[in-house]
Amino acid sequence: MPEAPLDADALRFVDIEKYFGLVCALKKINLRIRKNEVVGLIGDNGAGKSTLVKILTGVFPPTSGELYVGGKRIDLKTHSVPKAHKAGIETVYQDRSLGDKQVLWRNFFVGREMLLPFGFINVKKEKAIAREIMMTTIGFRGEGITVDSRVSELSGGERQGVAIGRAMHFHANVIILDEPTVALSLKEVRKVLNFVHKIKENGHAGIYISHDLQDVYEVSDRFVVIDRGEIVADMEKKEISLKALGEFLLEYSHGLKDKKEL
Amino acid sequence: MKKPTTLFSTLGKIEGLTIAAVLVVLFGAFMIAAPRVFLGYQIYGAFLQTVPPELVLAVGLTLVITAGEIDLSFPAVVAFSGFLFAWGFSHVGSSLVGLLIALAGGGLVGYLNGFLVARLRVPSIMATLASQFFWYGVTILLAGGLQYNMPQLQSDPIHTILTGRLFGVVPTEAFWSLGITVLFWFILNRHVFGEAIMFIGDNPNVARVMGIRVEATRIKLFTVMGVLAAVAGLLLTSEMNVFFPTQGEGFLLSVMAAVFIGGTSIAGGVGLIAGTFFGAYIIGSLQAGVVASGIGGYWVQLVEGVVMAASVVLNIVIGEGRFGRLSRALRRWTTAPDAQSSPEGSE
Ligand SMILES: Nc1ncnc2c1ncn2[C@@H]1O[C@H](COP(=O)(O)OP(=O)(O)OP(=O)(O)O)[C@@H](O)[C@H]1O
Ligand SMILES: [Mg+2]
Repeated sequence: MPEAPLDADALRFVDIEKYFGLVCALKKINLRIRKNEVVGLIGDNGAGKSTLVKILTGVFPPTSGELYVGGKRIDLKTHSVPKAHKAGIETVYQDRSLGDKQVLWRNFFVGREMLLPFGFINVKKEKAIAREIMMTTIGFRGEGITVDSRVSELSGGERQGVAIGRAMHFHANVIILDEPTVALSLKEVRKVLNFVHKIKENGHAGIYISHDLQDVYEVSDRFVVIDRGEIVADMEKKEISLKALGEFLLEYSHGLKDKKEL
Repeated sequence: MKKPTTLFSTLGKIEGLTIAAVLVVLFGAFMIAAPRVFLGYQIYGAFLQTVPPELVLAVGLTLVITAGEIDLSFPAVVAFSGFLFAWGFSHVGSSLVGLLIALAGGGLVGYLNGFLVARLRVPSIMATLASQFFWYGVTILLAGGLQYNMPQLQSDPIHTILTGRLFGVVPTEAFWSLGITVLFWFILNRHVFGEAIMFIGDNPNVARVMGIRVEATRIKLFTVMGVLAAVAGLLLTSEMNVFFPTQGEGFLLSVMAAVFIGGTSIAGGVGLIAGTFFGAYIIGSLQAGVVASGIGGYWVQLVEGVVMAASVVLNIVIGEGRFGRLSRALRRWTTAPDAQSSPEGSE
């Protein structure tokens, strides 16, 4: 792979390892993601995809390794979700993005509230901006959804719309989508994919995780295959067709099976 | 295009209104059944003196339940803080010292509960059950099983401030408990701490990935609950000028009932402080009301059970939209019509 200057990297993982007790979830992960690039992260259940994402987003620290965002080293000992937010890392999860029983305006700002003195929330301002995000960024129109609606009243696609709109609003450097289309209808999957295209257009980097190879192929520029905590393949879209990628993954998992049976 | 806001749509947005209506109906029934008692003012003065400690406890418990946790230890804190106050007053000779160590003691018990729950991952029902035995035990040991009669407290300024009589009739604890209710309504609904509580109770995983410090918030929450339980203990002890080591023992179920009557769900994520306020007054007036109505003391618990079940069902019908047509009809009255109007402007 041609070596680009380091500051061209939106994201760089260096020797990231993660143990849960004695279980090794990630082994020496080295990965660079350039600006304007969406990387499709592919791997079986339990491969370690979500674990890698959670380290990046400050949910928990790795056992060892280094992380650079926009060329700047992140202190992983003090890394946290608010710090990841400040570094411009936004995440859209399948089911962990929104508080179900809470109203929408709270969901837009939870964890980074607009404050009045003494830690009180500026409800008026939060609601006004939430309304703005819903109308312009997400494009909710006439669906009977307001900032005072509860998340539980929304369809799956609408929920992802809210989570995605939130990520866009906060000017993300890197947007991570961890299985954002699970349990969505085709029409709603389409909406999500259209947004991922926008990530690139706006000069941001993205990580797209999904078990639907066709979706991953459509939105990604590069594919990284993880298996049992290790990166086993890293290829550009130019180098491989959807069919070839599918065949590769199939052969790869068969290869593994054969090895196991030996 | 905005449809006009109707009276019902405005009323429907007011938290706790359903349950306030239950309280009004209840008092109406008592006035009919026992006019001699319920058309006079003394009975209401009595409520304003008996309900406040339970109200303060119920407000704290509302936060705890909203966070998806439970606290069973608060009755013991009512006793322990009462002891600390009585000890400070009798042995140090200062009611102010007594007040401060009581609040600190309540906070300490709460902090330890929070530590067990958040850091050691003991489920709160077990942690606080153990804690309630432990602190009753500590209280009985420290007090030597004795009660403290403190008639001198009657003329003490702290007594006057906490549980005096405004204009000679209105118990000051009614204002303290009302103030605490209002303050905590704002904390739950308008403060980052309250928002954190709601998201944690809703889904701790969401809370965590959104940057809420879940464990720290839980510890803070139990500490606040401990301090509020100490306030309740102070109000109780100061009102009666007596501390006894088993005080607070009857509070556990009635305080929980007040919270649930108020519409807060055991599932967590949503808490209705205003509902709790009316719930506490419903629970606090039922016994006196039933007895005064001449139905007889044997009926008290039965009526309490019916009122509680009816309130909870009412909250579910209106709040969660179960029972199809009935709740839809109720909702049509109570939800804002502008929620249905199109947000697209005119062309
Ligand atoms: N908090 C945790 N504690 C212990 N083990 C964990 C934890 N989180 C993940 N693991 C383990 O780490 C491994 C990687 O899990 P991870 O969630 O990253 O997989 P994934 O690639 O996202 O899978 P999926 O496609 O099913 O989402 C699994 O073996 C999982 O059991
Ligand atoms: Mg996953």
